[in-house]
Amino acid sequence: MHSFTHKLRESDLNLVREVTDTLQINVGLLCNQACKHCHLEAGPNRRELLDSATARQVAEFAALSGFTAIDITGGAPELNPVLPELIADLRPLTPRLSLRANLTALGQPAQRRLMPLLAENQVVLVASLPAINAEQTDAQRGQGVFQQSLQVLQELNALGYGQEGSGLELNLVSNPAGAFLPPGQAQAEERFRSQLARRWGISFNHLYTFANVPLGRFKHWLTCSGNYDAYLEKLVGAFNGCAVQGLMCRHQASVNWEGYLFDCDFNLAAGLPLGGRRTHVSEMSAPPPPGSPIAVAEHCFTCTAGSGFT
Amino acid sequence: MSEYYDPQDLPKFGDIGQEAPELAKKFFDYYTEVFNEGELSAREKALIALAVAHAVQCPYCIDAYTQACLEKGSSLGEMTEAVHVACAIKGGAALVHGMQMRKVAKKLSM
Repeated sequence: MHSFTHKLRESDLNLVREVTDTLQINVGLLCNQACKHCHLEAGPNRRELLDSATARQVAEFAALSGFTAIDITGGAPELNPVLPELIADLRPLTPRLSLRANLTALGQPAQRRLMPLLAENQVVLVASLPAINAEQTDAQRGQGVFQQSLQVLQELNALGYGQEGSGLELNLVSNPAGAFLPPGQAQAEERFRSQLARRWGISFNHLYTFANVPLGRFKHWLTCSGNYDAYLEKLVGAFNGCAVQGLMCRHQASVNWEGYLFDCDFNLAAGLPLGGRRTHVSEMSAPPPPGSPIAVAEHCFTCTAGSGFT
Repeated sequence: MSEYYDPQDLPKFGDIGQEAPELAKKFFDYYTEVFNEGELSAREKALIALAVAHAVQCPYCIDAYTQACLEKGSSLGEMTEAVHVACAIKGGAALVHGMQMRKVAKKLSM
């Protein structure tokens, strides 16, 4: 067992909140995919979903807090019927509203109305695409996901997403398809940009490369494949004290589908509540103040490996 | 010693400097510099290293550069093609020596 608290102390680092300017909303664990790296074990059989009443409470909290960014995630948020009303409620409350999309859910016939709705509301899309080949993408996300993802990216480009001057931002996220760390972001972005443009005529704004977090289904896969210990060693060995200053948990609060608050989506998956006790958004009149403690555990080594996790 | 090759030896590679620290420092500084981004990207250099690792049949290097290639964003398809390049050069090097065999044989034969 590696202690993140001990590592911080040994490195003379203190991890506490600064101004909380970002809210991440996890609208539930229902997903059309069951990706092998999912820290939340989201999938088609999950029934946890944000309902209308809780969505209103979350929006009320956001209205009180003046967040500069609100990020909607899941599961596949597209599959939550509350999403259109949530977008309508949140849009006036923040200059930057983003949605984490797995692309294939967005491409489902039942969700066709969502793409124009997202464009009309200038919602920033953050879409998962682990690799620019079918073999690694499908190994992580399911058979046929790569081809479907490309089709949806092309449709989004046709709507203006990822096109210069459109105001519609399309960012990609690449997580490694296995028990290894991600490539450097700048180099990977350059390759993704040239290959996606040349081979499929696809454009995007930015690529983020993130390490997989050893929780949920990914932890299960690491254990079953005999990679858990070596992966943890790799994360611990890649600890970069400079990354601690830029960690997202300093500036962000996460709320789950029941309205309870966490420091980040990984602590949400691990069941570590914000401030050490279960707090509902309806109890909050403002974001947690600067200086508030942040719950940490072994999985936090993921966000401090290499250049870090933002 | 039960095995000649032990994966746990790889992380201890730096210990080779214990008896000759100056030489080791020069080697490891050079080694690090070689693999930095240059005219070739770090990803391309890792693929070359993977191919060479197979040519010299070094299990430590195969382990290390398989991981390095994956971490630099290479696919299994690209890595397999790199190994084929090593195979082609090694095989070709053996085969082209057949010319020497033929020359000697012709000289000795009626």
